Amino acid sequence: MIPTSYYLILSAAIFVIGTVGVLSRRSALIVFMCVEMMLNSVNLTLIAFSRHWGNLNGQVFVFMVMAVAAAEVAVGLAILVAHNRNVDTTNIDEINLLKW
Amino acid sequence: MWFSYLFFIAVGAIALAAAVGVVVSRVPVHSALFLLLQFAMIAALYITMDAQFLGAIQVIIYAGGIVILILFVIMLIGSEKIEARGEQRAWLPWVGLALGVILLVAIGASMVQAFGGAAPNPGPNAGGVPDVVGLELFTRYILPFEMVGVLLLVALIGALLLARRSAAEQAAAKLVEAEAAPAPKTAPNAAPKQAPRTRRSIRA
Repeated sequence: MIPTSYYLILSAAIFVIGTVGVLSRRSALIVFMCVEMMLNSVNLTLIAFSRHWGNLNGQVFVFMVMAVAAAEVAVGLAILVAHNRNVDTTNIDEINLLKW
Repeated sequence: MWFSYLFFIAVGAIALAAAVGVVVSRVPVHSALFLLLQFAMIAALYITMDAQFLGAIQVIIYAGGIVILILFVIMLIGSEKIEARGEQRAWLPWVGLALGVILLVAIGASMVQAFGGAAPNPGPNAGGVPDVVGLELFTRYILPFEMVGVLLLVALIGALLLARRSAAEQAAAKLVEAEAAPAPKTAPNAAPKQAPRTRRSIRA
């Protein structure tokens, strides 16, 4: 059995890569993908702990996280498409309607 | 025994490389394909951790649903090269990288402190085949399960509402089309504030 810490290190690395992507990329779509990646890495952590402690709560939690991620993608992409219809950009620097 | 380590290292390395590919790729479609690869590798890792049901769900929802949706949107709104446009901020990736390193150190330090090799404690119900997870979902977690159903319904309705054109927008589009045709003299009173953009050529 591979130690749980290996999985934790891997998921921390993926989470950090996702964070760097969110911080440094400016295409809203790529920011989206990075957020999905971060959610995935957290799911990996939850499943690793679920195996570590031998109960299923973590797996049920991952199930809920996946449902929320699916809802988030549907609504977020709809917002992106609706915004793109009005302003011809997906650059997050130019999407600043709610910024004072 | 060594085979499982080898498998973990190979799959983990591919997942990490794909994650880096998502971030550094210049073309959004390539990013989406790297994301697909990354999700598949994570699904493989789920299966190595006896979470077979979630591995299948991962492939179905993420690889089959979310990535396809993202690809659809990329095709719809174009994959322009954004980074070259607007004011240049050459320092932005470096700041992102520095903050990422700080975050990695913080996560690593807290993880080592809080989880310094606690012994595994496999309980009686190890493993995540569908009937075990399903039993748990439909008995102990029935209320959250139902709430997730409601959440998905709300998200569905919200996405529909957001993506559809309002009546005013449709009227504005019609007006612009009428103007593009041999123009009538009477300028429409309710001229749209901002002309809807002309259809862009499809860029893959």
